[in-house]
Amino acid sequence: MSATITAPEPTAPTGDPAIQVAIDSTRVPAMPERTEAAVDLRGVSIYYGAFRAVKDITFDVRPKAITALIGPSGSGKSTLLRSINRMNDLIPGSRLEGEVLYHGQNLYAAGIDPVEVRRRIGMVFQKANPFPKSIYDNVAFGPRVNGMKGNLDDLVEQSLRRAALWDEVKDKLRQSGLALSGGQQQRLCIARAIAVEPEIILMDEPASALDPRSTLQIEELMAELRQRYTIIIVTHNMQQAARASDWTVFMNMGEDRAGYIVERNRTTEIFTNPKDQLTEDYVSGRFG
Amino acid sequence: MTASAPSIERGGLRETHLDWRGLAFHAILLLSLLLSLAILFTLLADVVGRGLPTLLERGGSFLTSPAASNPARAGISQAIFGTLMMAVFVAVFAFPIGILTAIYLEEYAPDNRATRFIAVNIRNLAGVPSVVYGLLGLAIFVIGLEGLTAGRTMIAGGITLAILVLPIVIITSSEAIRAVPQALREAGYGVGASRWEVTRLLVLPAAAPGILTGTVLSLSRALGETAPLVLAGAVLGSFSSGNKDIVDQMFGRYSALPVTVYDWARRPNAEFRELTAAAIVVLLVITLLANAIAIVLRNRTERTW
Repeated sequence: MSATITAPEPTAPTGDPAIQVAIDSTRVPAMPERTEAAVDLRGVSIYYGAFRAVKDITFDVRPKAITALIGPSGSGKSTLLRSINRMNDLIPGSRLEGEVLYHGQNLYAAGIDPVEVRRRIGMVFQKANPFPKSIYDNVAFGPRVNGMKGNLDDLVEQSLRRAALWDEVKDKLRQSGLALSGGQQQRLCIARAIAVEPEIILMDEPASALDPRSTLQIEELMAELRQRYTIIIVTHNMQQAARASDWTVFMNMGEDRAGYIVERNRTTEIFTNPKDQLTEDYVSGRFG
Repeated sequence: MTASAPSIERGGLRETHLDWRGLAFHAILLLSLLLSLAILFTLLADVVGRGLPTLLERGGSFLTSPAASNPARAGISQAIFGTLMMAVFVAVFAFPIGILTAIYLEEYAPDNRATRFIAVNIRNLAGVPSVVYGLLGLAIFVIGLEGLTAGRTMIAGGITLAILVLPIVIITSSEAIRAVPQALREAGYGVGASRWEVTRLLVLPAAAPGILTGTVLSLSRALGETAPLVLAGAVLGSFSSGNKDIVDQMFGRYSALPVTVYDWARRPNAEFRELTAAAIVVLLVITLLANAIAIVLRNRTERTW
């Protein structure tokens, strides 16, 4: 089923893909503007027990683009990110109000299976967390538990190629995933995530523990993956958001310690022409 | 204020004074270790020194003879059999129930007041003196369920010991499961695995070494228990096992090594004191074997990666 309501474009100026291409010519041209949102958050508030971690979040995530969530510590970026594939369900006492629409379906409606949600909306974590298994089994784990048909060897190779890791590991697929370097482990985790063919990939500060070279590799990989997948990334690194994302959501922590969205716009707009003084202060490094 | 700021006097880099308190602390630590080792070694040397000659002199006949009132013919075949059967009961009853309970508490139970209440009380149960479990065994398995256990039988004793170590199995397994990093679970859930798959394919393999070590160590604890078995009907003295098969023996009279040790140690004649030491040596060997198995199993299941 598809959404009957086309996601509104509240803040986006009529797209000017030319600007973007001029800034980063390696980028694939932006997708047409009026497509269905990949995820549409409406009035989302997330609670941990009595504490409200984020409040009144409303924005739509553009498909086959990279959306960056930026903001100071405690502004609820990770909480918001983890709500999109119901990872927060694992935290006792967490609760969500509002709607997270995916293809017109509220992911928090009764009868929705979070396991199925997570297969379609994959996740890459801050600290690379390969399984204590071989490289091959790391990638094959998802397809196996999801009972995917077809040639597993091909799928593993394809996933590792897409994660730009194949050439480095093709001769040692039976070795432990934990024996790889930090950057390789994180790309292994990306390969593991895309092996189940998700539509959306959530990345929670995927490069924060990596050296600059590995960080660059991850960013290049994201630009590559963007052709097939919708990517939402939380990052503390503003250069990374500016370099690697198409859309930026700037969050801040309110007086009540709940995170809220200050501004959401095309990345170029956020960094060159912010509408809100707070955004300008943040992206120019004056606070946060 | 004209007081000058405190400053650190800087001498040369050469060590100028002895750190007496640091040295004293170091010495106390070392002394404590040596004291423990000395006590342990004295005990072992005493037991082995008195038991080994008997073992060598009597040879196999000590291990294969049943209990008897004549020290020259008394042996520990029934006690060894009883102890091994106790191990089987513990392995069959306490291990699966304990491990499954731990999995439920750690991975499935909601984190609420009731769960925490149960978890705390399992810890309390582990601290209950073993003689209390003996009374429980006497009341329930020997008397209450006499129809099932046939009274003072091996089954009654075995189940009593299984229940005695059940809380320990639960606690050690819980701790092993809790030590599995949450990141591993999240990684599994992140690719669309269900809770059952995450538990079976990720958590349990990661926790297996700890679970195995804990359960086998609880087994050695059970094998050394005397009081619960004496209450739950183990025989002090000699009895006839006849030529019954293993099932009949399970529903028959029984003893175990620690019970035999207790029985012989109380007897006045000196010969039995030698036999006691010999039986202790055998019990120690069995316990150490169980611990060795625990280590081997742990090393085998522990991932080399």
